[in-house]
Amino acid sequence: MSGRRLPRPRLLRVAWLTLVWVLLWGTFSWANLLGGIVVALAVLLLFPLPAVSSDGGLRPLGLLRVVLDVARDLAVSSVQVAWQSVRPGPPIRSSIVAVEVPDDSELLMALLVECLSLVPGSVVVEASAAERTLWAHVLGAGDDAALARFRRQVDRLAADLVAAGVDRVRVVPDHATRVAAGSDPRDDPPEDPDTPEVRP
Amino acid sequence: MTALDVVGAVLVVLGALLALAAAIGLLRLPDVLSRMHAATKPQTAGLVLVVVGTALLLRSSADVWMLVLVGAFQLVTAPVTAHLVGRLAYRSGGVRPDLLHRDDLAGRTDRSSPG
Repeated sequence: MSGRRLPRPRLLRVAWLTLVWVLLWGTFSWANLLGGIVVALAVLLLFPLPAVSSDGGLRPLGLLRVVLDVARDLAVSSVQVAWQSVRPGPPIRSSIVAVEVPDDSELLMALLVECLSLVPGSVVVEASAAERTLWAHVLGAGDDAALARFRRQVDRLAADLVAAGVDRVRVVPDHATRVAAGSDPRDDPPEDPDTPEVRP
Repeated sequence: MTALDVVGAVLVVLGALLALAAAIGLLRLPDVLSRMHAATKPQTAGLVLVVVGTALLLRSSADVWMLVLVGAFQLVTAPVTAHLVGRLAYRSGGVRPDLLHRDDLAGRTDRSSPG
């Protein structure tokens, strides 16, 4: 088995699923906690996730900064899209922009897709891990100034994510290949390994 | 009626207004890709505002934790839905090229689709 496998990611997964279970019940009791642990273990055994190696790990303060940035951007872009929806005038113009991901970490790419969809007026249309590129549809980017603004936002977001140590968490390749059984796992972002292919 | 009740009520109304704007956006925006913006941002933010507002009004822990989960999962899943729908929409012609200022993806969808 190549790569360092820390027990921590697994412990975190069990803890997270147990937390969700307890929150769903709404009250804390030892029965809920034990039940949650049993359910979490069963879920992780039945639906195994790819193993993850992490050297150094995440920086909580950096992550907090990303979360705050995303929350602020979500508020701004919500009002913006709401206005773009109701304003009178001709149909709004947009652009599809290629965005290069600075690192080939799966988590970085997944989080970038996630953040870009919530924040600066963009939805990720296509992603290629092999080319380390995302394609984002930017609503209202009808001129080059808007495009430049969008690129600056993306660069800042990516830099913040890297500063939070996100790029150092990696899927251990041999396991990932086995899980994706037959298809190249790097051609799809981690969230949608089962996307049906539709050809134009 | 306490100050918390007032803040909660205001948040619920604000959230509802954002959700309304999202619904209008789904009807008025020109193509599928543009509509996915309305379905992710104002809709998510609106729901989060409603959830926070409701939590402030209820203030009983069992329901509040459920609301926290609702908001968290909405934040995590909305972008995934938007990405999948947007991806299929682009490949099946759900975008109006005449409204695109720039299209970096033009002419390369075949190459990027595996298998």
